[in-house]
Amino acid sequence: MEKNDYDVVIIGGGPAGLTAGIYAKRAGLSALLAEKHTPGGQIMVTDWIENYPGFPDGLAGYDLTMKMEQQAKNFGLEIVQADVQSIKTENNIKEIVFTDKTIKAKSVIIASGCSPKKLGVPGENALFGKGVSTCATCDAMFFRDMDVVAVGGGDTAVQEALFLTKFVNKVYLVHRRDKLRAAKMLQDRAFANDKIEFVWDSVAESVNGEKGVESVDVKNVKTGETRNIKAQGCFIWVGTIPNTEFLNNDIKVDDQGFIITDTSMKTSVEGIFAAGDVRNTPLRQVATAVGDAAIAAFEADQYIESCK
Amino acid sequence: MADNVLEIGDANFEEEVIKSEKPVLVDFWAPWCGPCRAIAPTVEELAGTYGDKVKFCKCNVDENPISPGKYEIKAIPTLIFFKNGEVAEQQTGLVKKEQLEELINKLT
Repeated sequence: MEKNDYDVVIIGGGPAGLTAGIYAKRAGLSALLAEKHTPGGQIMVTDWIENYPGFPDGLAGYDLTMKMEQQAKNFGLEIVQADVQSIKTENNIKEIVFTDKTIKAKSVIIASGCSPKKLGVPGENALFGKGVSTCATCDAMFFRDMDVVAVGGGDTAVQEALFLTKFVNKVYLVHRRDKLRAAKMLQDRAFANDKIEFVWDSVAESVNGEKGVESVDVKNVKTGETRNIKAQGCFIWVGTIPNTEFLNNDIKVDDQGFIITDTSMKTSVEGIFAAGDVRNTPLRQVATAVGDAAIAAFEADQYIESCK
Repeated sequence: MADNVLEIGDANFEEEVIKSEKPVLVDFWAPWCGPCRAIAPTVEELAGTYGDKVKFCKCNVDENPISPGKYEIKAIPTLIFFKNGEVAEQQTGLVKKEQLEELINKLT
């Protein structure tokens, strides 16, 4: 990192961060994107994206990431691997503190995204990576011809459960309600798939096993009955939590920790914007993330202009 | 990929990992696994820094089913540190560089 001051520092390299980078660079701003790992975000683990316009046959999450990163680099976006520790504001200048350096910027766009939420049940942590997983594309092949439990009822849960059926013998899809939240098209596919058995009105109570997952205890919330399902894998897709460990109390968040913004993507701190999944938003999709990010970069430019 | 990380497989696992005099870090990965690709640059970077103390290897689980089976790998990316042919540490998922550096320092 040669420079240490920028017009805008973007935190996070998923679709929102990369889009903010594209718009910031095209607005003529000096911009740095800091990503904890490598660009991509949660879509890196999505096997197939078929609701992002412009790709009529759909495409792998990884490929969409690569295209967005290339596009951002074409406009000269600087991307570094760096882990943000905190953001401080001093006389309108933002200081972004990383583990090994501090960068100054006129504005910040937080696009740090989300991570999969945990169930918080016994066995989940101890057996993580030993049968407990949140990434079907990564781990499905280790469960070839085995039985697995999948927990959740949203788009991700249903889509990933469908992916699992290409490998496993059977998927028990455990959902706490009696109907799915997922998009109708995904529901139709799941209902038509005879490898998926639905376990309605139920929650996972514990993941059991010594060296690996052997079974999952599932409780019916209506009848109170507990059922032990023999399975070698337990895939969990019960929502997400925002990646905001680096925030201090200045930036207002909702009761679940998502950053509150107005329609201009402004947070409660002047000059700091938020975009994508980390934001308090009704929908978390690639399509909404890129929309947020375009607005955030535009508003950051307006803000910098107004400070002159 | 730079040359810092040695591509190994079932055929030479014994030779390159188990019989190695230096501690070995093996990155079990697959081309279709997003997080594996995400962690690869970190492993690459560590190999550049600690290559003299630790031997860095990567093993494609798609092409080499025996080794991941032997170590009961059920998720990737998984990083295993071997010392004197034995498993010393095992990490699954996206691990931060600092954490890995700590492990390397502990084991060397």
